[in-house]
Amino acid sequence: MARTPIVFMLNGSERASFADPGQNLLEFLRRGVGDLSPKYGCGQGTCGACTVTIDGETQLSCLTLAESVAGKHVQTAAGLAAGATLHPLQEAFMENFAAQCGYCTPGMLISAKALLDRNPTPTREDVVEAISGNICRCTGYEPIIEAILAAAKGRARA
Amino acid sequence: MGVHRGRGFAAINYPIGMNLGGDPSQALVHSNPDGKFTVALSSIDLGQGMKSVTRQIAAETLGVPVADVYVDTADSDTGPHCMGSFASRGTHRVGNAVIQAAQEARAVMLEAAAEELEVNAADLVTDGQGNIHVNGAPSRSITTMAACQAAQFKQGRTVSGRGIFLIPLSEVDAETGEMTPVSCFAHAALLVEIDVDDETGEVTVRDMQSAYELGRALNPKLVEQQLVGGAWMGMSHALWETTEPYYPDRNHGPVDFNHYLMPGPGDISPHHISVLERPAPDGPYGGKGPGEMCANPVLPAVANAVYDAVGVRIDELPITPEKILRGIRANGGVKPRQRLARGAR
Ligand code: FES
Ligand code: FES
Repeated sequence: MARTPIVFMLNGSERASFADPGQNLLEFLRRGVGDLSPKYGCGQGTCGACTVTIDGETQLSCLTLAESVAGKHVQTAAGLAAGATLHPLQEAFMENFAAQCGYCTPGMLISAKALLDRNPTPTREDVVEAISGNICRCTGYEPIIEAILAAAKGRARA
Repeated sequence: MGVHRGRGFAAINYPIGMNLGGDPSQALVHSNPDGKFTVALSSIDLGQGMKSVTRQIAAETLGVPVADVYVDTADSDTGPHCMGSFASRGTHRVGNAVIQAAQEARAVMLEAAAEELEVNAADLVTDGQGNIHVNGAPSRSITTMAACQAAQFKQGRTVSGRGIFLIPLSEVDAETGEMTPVSCFAHAALLVEIDVDDETGEVTVRDMQSAYELGRALNPKLVEQQLVGGAWMGMSHALWETTEPYYPDRNHGPVDFNHYLMPGPGDISPHHISVLERPAPDGPYGGKGPGEMCANPVLPAVANAVYDAVGVRIDELPITPEKILRGIRANGGVKPRQRLARGAR
């Protein structure tokens, strides 16, 4: 079957690759483009491990058709750090020990980034709401909530 | 009709490791041509911090910086034997094996250094910063890297060590039933405060206060991380996790983890933790490890709190709203223990 060429922006740079018919964005990013930061948790839209943003909105890449991102901006956790400099959210996750096995972390980071981009001074309830679609089986969520609030505070200071 | 506050308490005595046919773990340590060390283990780090803690233990014993140690748990097929990461045994069993292996490797490293410095190995000490020097004469020194390289490229020695820690199988005495299955116990106590809604049967956890005694906390931040996450798992086990449907038809039940309820970020409660450090005599640097004990006291404490709040004694997990409502009905209404106690005075 014909594969579809897709040109899109990934973490600020233009990328092009071929998508199989009906391929979802998660597989396309991981296998086609080689960005392994979005994780495959369930493949059915319930765990949030595959969260990315498309034109700034959080989306579950396992439920998104790869073809639908043509010409759009996709952001993944791989694009958060600038070279060796970690993103403030990544710093805050590290400082607050917000990852144990780390499998949920890329999705958590993207959900958190999307929150802080639209609401730089979130309440605890806002944070809980923002990550309620991301399942973590290790941390008990508390360190993740703390990390996101800490990153928001740091940003407010700067 | 209303919401009833209840408090429950539980204390536990928790065995570290297990007794099925003996409980061994092995470790192998060797230096690399760059003078850094690899610790090979088959014990898996699944997020609990196994690699960090064994790395610290190896560095401490070898007398080298933590940055100079790499822990390889990549392959349980080719690695040294380990029973596995379960039964809260990792820090205790594997940590002890790592100490033994690192001691043997350190002895060879010091012999290699002694040959280079033309002194007696017994007179050498490490500074933990990557240097070996003559005790009392810090200027007569060699780096750990130079010593390991001399061993490998000049002296033809392997700077390596083998370690095993075994708790042997304890047979049961046929006469008395006595056995000694465990050498090391950890302890915990936990107080939980909950609200029970007598209309919906729902339980909200309001607050947890706990104290854990787990030997020396070898990495206090990782201990805290395990205690926080583990208590959440205990809460989940107590109140959420089941594959049973609430209503009779099995086809309505969950079929995979997507439908397996666990508390989300909006369901967690504040948790105030105290850690008591009482180094274990047979633990690596006194450590026992928090392990599964993080989750265990939450379950009985929640069950006791439900009894305290509405007078329903539930002895089957999880404590679902349905079980609470059936219990209230069977009792002929809500019977909070605190109100009973007040009435009795
Ligand atoms: S993999 Fe997409 S939500 Fe689980
Ligand atoms: S850190 Fe393991 S799932 Fe979140």
